Amino acid sequence: MKKILFSTLLVSLLAGCAGQDVKDQPKAAVEDRTATQAGADTKPAGQQTVAANPLKDPNNILSKRSVYYDFDKSDVKDEYKPMVEAHAKYLTGNKAAKVAVQGNCDERGSREYNIALGNRRADSVRKVMNVMGASDSQIEVISFGEEKPRTTCHDESCWKENRRSDIVYQGE
Amino acid sequence: MILRKLLIGAAWLLLAPFAHAALTIEIVGSGANQIPISVVPFAGESALPQGITAVIAADLQRSGLFKIVDAAGVKPEPHELAEVNYPDWRTRGADALAIGSVLSRPDGKLEVRFRLLDAVKQAQLDAYSYVIDRTLVRATAHKIADLIYEKLTGDVGVFSTRIAYIVKSGPRYELQVADADGYGAQTVLASKEPIISPSWSPDGTKLAYVSFERKKPIIYVQSLVSGQRQVLAQFKGNNSAPAWSPDGKQLAIVLTKEGSSQIYLINADGSGVKRVSYSSGIDTEPSFSPDGTSIIFTSDRGGSPQIYRMSVSGSGAQRLTFEGNYNVSPHFSPDGKSFTFIQRVSGSSFHVALQDLASGQMQLLTDTRMDESPSFAPNGKMLLYATEIGGRGILAAVSSDGRVKQRLSTQAGDVREPEWGPLLKNQ
Repeated sequence: MKKILFSTLLVSLLAGCAGQDVKDQPKAAVEDRTATQAGADTKPAGQQTVAANPLKDPNNILSKRSVYYDFDKSDVKDEYKPMVEAHAKYLTGNKAAKVAVQGNCDERGSREYNIALGNRRADSVRKVMNVMGASDSQIEVISFGEEKPRTTCHDESCWKENRRSDIVYQGE
Repeated sequence: MILRKLLIGAAWLLLAPFAHAALTIEIVGSGANQIPISVVPFAGESALPQGITAVIAADLQRSGLFKIVDAAGVKPEPHELAEVNYPDWRTRGADALAIGSVLSRPDGKLEVRFRLLDAVKQAQLDAYSYVIDRTLVRATAHKIADLIYEKLTGDVGVFSTRIAYIVKSGPRYELQVADADGYGAQTVLASKEPIISPSWSPDGTKLAYVSFERKKPIIYVQSLVSGQRQVLAQFKGNNSAPAWSPDGKQLAIVLTKEGSSQIYLINADGSGVKRVSYSSGIDTEPSFSPDGTSIIFTSDRGGSPQIYRMSVSGSGAQRLTFEGNYNVSPHFSPDGKSFTFIQRVSGSSFHVALQDLASGQMQLLTDTRMDESPSFAPNGKMLLYATEIGGRGILAAVSSDGRVKQRLSTQAGDVREPEWGPLLKNQ
């Protein structure tokens, strides 16, 4: 079993921002806090400079990483498909690249059932990537269930933010 | 309705350097028929750093099945059979009486003598004597409470058992084990990443749990004796929801290595993984029947999460719950005749439910609103679960008839994911 170490910087967009002006979101508090990095860090060999890295370029759709879901739903809504497909294309063109798709849920209900629900959400992202030719060997689907909420208030304003899958590249 | 608050545990903070907070137990409600009993302070008890009879009385009272009759003012306090004046105790309303003594022996050990008396029939029901190490005073008090409970109710006492749960304080997660009364909490694992789903091995010596310390859910098994642990399952995807088989040789676990969440069996040493459930939906939260022949679990194969039962080989899955559109987290009762689970009653209201397997009859047991993770005490009389009061995670317990309710909370942090441990063989 390979160990995939993910780092802290998770560049993503706020809910509802898809298709609008791209803006950086602060480092997601739910991610690993042990490592610190500010854009430039260890990269897989052969990658280009930070400025030219499409995964980090805020003007590139590949810098978008999050898919949001309706309550108790796990289908990838149309508005997120271009972004997911762009990542799939990147994977097919960069066979050494690997991603984890991390599923998340809001806090309501059973923790274990939410692990399963988060998995289903992330798995729906994998399936969209598969259709575009990305190989399962490049994708690991995992779930944080309700354990790593990005926002912690107890109403829909937070819950919708936490019903989410994140695409995280190995080495990030 | 009795509302009684027992503040306990100031002392053990000094004894357990890794634990942060005592559990406070609050009892709400009482049994239909309470047995009035007086627990007379034992001779020589006042010389001990901690009492015995106060622990016995608190145990009995917490069960909701006993009413403690005050022994204050009885002169002289009886410690031996010959000193008991039964009519006195009948006047005070006591049907039963516990008396005894504690002697310091020359070898440094303690001798604890105890008698249980029937004040109505004016007869001795039981008598025991223990020679114990001084560190075992509380454990002995729990043993005596178990004996009293068993003799007077006919059911096995669970005062000597332990519970496991997770405490989250800020960014820190701790897997803790404590006595059933909340004393002696010890941290068996601390992590900056979430820990969920602790599950006791049937012999009470090990815990299986799910830790996110490697950035995804992986199942570990940890010895409570040596503190050593090993990875049980770290397959591609998620590894979660461990549940021990009654013989302790296998666990049912949930893996996603073939896509959706499905139930597998795995040997306790991590070998021989074998898929047992086959659905296109989610199958999770397995719980073995006490005879080891079947597994109940949560599945959404019918469109909403419901409780199903299948044979341990995975055949003959049958849906068990039909009321409501969200039924999750099943646990078998120790006698195998019923199961507990969580039912969502309205949008955001989750309650502990109990269903009889033969009749299919279902009962909601709690009036708390955010209930999770119910499990039975090993005598089947109480259920331990997690809930939320004032935005904080606490543990609560409810009797299987719904009448007796307890809340266990810490001074700080969220407490969650409890599981009541087994009866230990050497007791």
